[in-house]
Amino acid sequence: MGFGLLSVSIWLPIAVGILLLALGRDDQPGAARWLALVGAVASFLVTIPLITGFDNASAALQFQENLPWIARFNVHYHLGVDGISVWFVLLTAFINIIVVLAGWQVITDRVAQYMGAFLILSGLMVGVFCAADGLLFYVFFEATLIPMYIIIGVWGGPRRVYAAFKFFLYTLAGSLLMLVALIYLYYKSGGSFDIATWHKLPLDLQQQAWLFFAFFAAFSVKVPMWPVHTWLPDAHVEAPTGGSVVLAAIMLKLGAYGFLRFSMPIAPDASHQYAWVIIALSLIAVVYIGLVALVQQDMKKLVAYSSIAHMGFVTLGFFIFNELGVSGGLVQMISHGFVSGAMFLAIGVLYDRVHSRDIASYGGVVNTMPKFAAFALFFTMANCGLPGTGGFVGEWMVILGTVSVNFWLGAIAATALISGAAYSLWMYKRVYFGAVTNHHVRDLTDLNAREFGIMAVLALATLVMGVYPKPFTDVMHVSVTELLKHVAVSKLH
Amino acid sequence: MNPMNWPVVYPEALLLLLACAVALVDLFVTDPKRRPTFWLAQASLAAVAALHWIFYDGGATIYGMQRMMVGDPMGHLLAFFATLAVMVTIAYAQPYIASREMLKGEFFTLSMFVLLGICVMCSANNFLVVYLGLELMSLSLYALVALRRDHGVSTEAAMKYFVLGALASGFLLYGLSMMYGATRSLEINEVFNAISTGRINGTVLTFGVVFIVAGLAFKLGVVPFHMWVPDVYQGAPTAVTLLIGGAPKLAAFAITIRLLVEGMLGLAVDWQQMLMVLAVSSLVIGNLAAIAQTNLKRMLAYSTISQMGFMLLAMTAGVVSGNTLSAGNAYSSAMFYVVSYVITTLGTFGLIMFLSRAGFESEEISDLAGLAKRAPWLAGIMTLFMFSLAGVPPMVGFYAKLSILQALITTNLPAYIVLAVIAVMLSLVGAFYYLRVVKVMYFDPPTDASQPLQSGGISALLALNGVAVLGFGLLPGGLMAMCRDAILRALAT
Repeated sequence: MGFGLLSVSIWLPIAVGILLLALGRDDQPGAARWLALVGAVASFLVTIPLITGFDNASAALQFQENLPWIARFNVHYHLGVDGISVWFVLLTAFINIIVVLAGWQVITDRVAQYMGAFLILSGLMVGVFCAADGLLFYVFFEATLIPMYIIIGVWGGPRRVYAAFKFFLYTLAGSLLMLVALIYLYYKSGGSFDIATWHKLPLDLQQQAWLFFAFFAAFSVKVPMWPVHTWLPDAHVEAPTGGSVVLAAIMLKLGAYGFLRFSMPIAPDASHQYAWVIIALSLIAVVYIGLVALVQQDMKKLVAYSSIAHMGFVTLGFFIFNELGVSGGLVQMISHGFVSGAMFLAIGVLYDRVHSRDIASYGGVVNTMPKFAAFALFFTMANCGLPGTGGFVGEWMVILGTVSVNFWLGAIAATALISGAAYSLWMYKRVYFGAVTNHHVRDLTDLNAREFGIMAVLALATLVMGVYPKPFTDVMHVSVTELLKHVAVSKLH
Repeated sequence: MNPMNWPVVYPEALLLLLACAVALVDLFVTDPKRRPTFWLAQASLAAVAALHWIFYDGGATIYGMQRMMVGDPMGHLLAFFATLAVMVTIAYAQPYIASREMLKGEFFTLSMFVLLGICVMCSANNFLVVYLGLELMSLSLYALVALRRDHGVSTEAAMKYFVLGALASGFLLYGLSMMYGATRSLEINEVFNAISTGRINGTVLTFGVVFIVAGLAFKLGVVPFHMWVPDVYQGAPTAVTLLIGGAPKLAAFAITIRLLVEGMLGLAVDWQQMLMVLAVSSLVIGNLAAIAQTNLKRMLAYSTISQMGFMLLAMTAGVVSGNTLSAGNAYSSAMFYVVSYVITTLGTFGLIMFLSRAGFESEEISDLAGLAKRAPWLAGIMTLFMFSLAGVPPMVGFYAKLSILQALITTNLPAYIVLAVIAVMLSLVGAFYYLRVVKVMYFDPPTDASQPLQSGGISALLALNGVAVLGFGLLPGGLMAMCRDAILRALAT
């Protein structure tokens, strides 16, 4: 157990980010890039002891730090990770390295600010996963909006201003309702923002219902769930590659994590009563959004809709209230982080060269970029949920869990495998296979060493998850069972 | 016979003496930059601030001037903050007024008289003293608005301010006279006692309260007495706008507490309802109107209206279900909100002044375009201010909003919780125009390639201001505790 390890994981990237913002000069981009890389790698290395020193048998918060912060409202600077959150801390730090490397050559304007924004964002997201105090969670949750807004707006595409505003205001709307809920819980618990206290707080059904829907407002926008998902395609399309990767890999998970950490344990009866709402919306996301993805012409938009569909699996898994479902959802979250990150990176590789995201402007990429096409094929298969890749494990666990609750729900969920294969493979075929019709494609150069490295690492991670997911599920197991045990007990007596 | 207890008014006496000294000294100053006057004024204000702080630290509540003035921690704390605000205002204003032929001794003298009026209001214990302080402050402000004699817009603003201000003062005086007629005393404590006997005609009291609230509402700048705010804020020279928007808000808060809370708490049922209506309409009109603005000062004026509306919400939650248990919580939240608002506003207008040069007023929002490229530090500081006003963590504005929401929700009455939700949704609307400023600075290309004024002192002060906004956001506990303490002691008497 290392004292202050979580604080270091949060504040090291933020400190390096602020350093970059303060000292970064536009005429010395190289220095900024290397400083950012060093900072990102250091931040990742700091998170490794969290896993190696993690006690799989304990469901309690580990690596806890608890300092009084705002005495007036009894808010504490209380950090801790359990089996549910620890992998996300590592995932965030890992994706940060990938993002810094991905923007190495592409970003030429205000490099220091770009890197600085991502590092600060990474630290804040780690803070969300580690927070054990309600207000601390909220502060980190909201603070992540600021760097993301700047990233989309400054380095994004043609409609970036629209996308940035939409992202910020949409997410803020839900979060503000959650703030009211948090303050209400503070009042109800006699003046405490401690999440663990809230888990045990007795609440009647109506209070739970209001709280459930307040949290639902915030997290459903973040995940995102249909019908409040419309900000995501715009944000993804307009954001720079690194921004899309972070958005898909980590920021969506903040919402799903919130469901597990807040909605279910604090309002278990309301969760059970309104689970049908979540399940219905999740299945709509899985089925309908899968069909929407099928008709997309823009590659990034297609992957964005595919992300929504995958997150539908996650929320479905959570609200069927069995271990397969919840663990499956968590595994899906982690593997989706790798896979969708890789998909967006692949699109970024193509965009850097051809400056078009339209599927129509491609065709026959495999002829000129065979190595890249191989990687892209692997990730596309992972996106479909091919067994042997990380994408399969989570989906299979969720479907299995759903079938044990209700066969037909599971059957509908399983159609995701069909639609997922449909849009992923069709996009792959149109972009990579076939004849080379576009002169841009003819002039393509294959992956350079840096891009190859990033792809390889992500492919390895996806493969490991697919072949041997046990390390992931072992860490989660006890915390998930503890959570489900808690959620199964009614707070009404 | 009530004793004079001169020590109570030592700070005000000193301020009066030094203001006159500054006026006289300035006659003999030949330096066109008026440096001796400037530094003498700052030194005087520093001395007055120190005196106020010493008295605040003493913690005692002493009545003086035959019980016409009260020296309690709240009064001294508010006067201390007001003095600091005026010091910062004069510092920010110096280069601005120098390039606009406003740099005369009158500016400093009148500012000090404004502060004198504010200090008198903060320590008032008698209706006439309240009115005296109010008029002293207002008349000095009217003169300051018109100080730029050759500028038609400023003169128009001064006329509007003067006429409407006189009308509002008349309302206030009329209400106070009704109170006097009903309770037979001008002293606030005695009025409180008289009202709590319950033997006074309710109609007369309500009549008086309505007029008093109307007068106070004008000074605060809330709907429907808000019409002067956009015109005066836009028309006045920015230095004077800063003066109007900063310290006088503390004074308005002080007299609201003195009159409504310390004097007429027994009539809280009446004035709380009035304030609710004023607050909600201010939030609606302020936020919606600000969206349409292209002039930055006018936009900030409408934002002030909505911010004051938000502050008033806290004032409505003092007396709930017939008891005053939540009074300390509610009023200290309002005080914290006003103080953090003043800190942020000082920086915002200070920055606008910093960007204005001789012959060029940087008043339009579009003047800020591309500031992130021209002056990244300034843009960063402005971003901090904008997000603080929007209420996004981790800036101090978030904690201010949190305090007030907490004051509303912990009453546990559906009406107040609905108010909290309305407030939160309207501040979402408000977030848009603050974000727009950030957008213009970061996402738009620069239209004006010139550099802002080179003034190390003011840059440092702006940076300090920005650090304060962020710093009080990371560690708000101290300031919150000070406000809470002051209010509780004020209520105890």
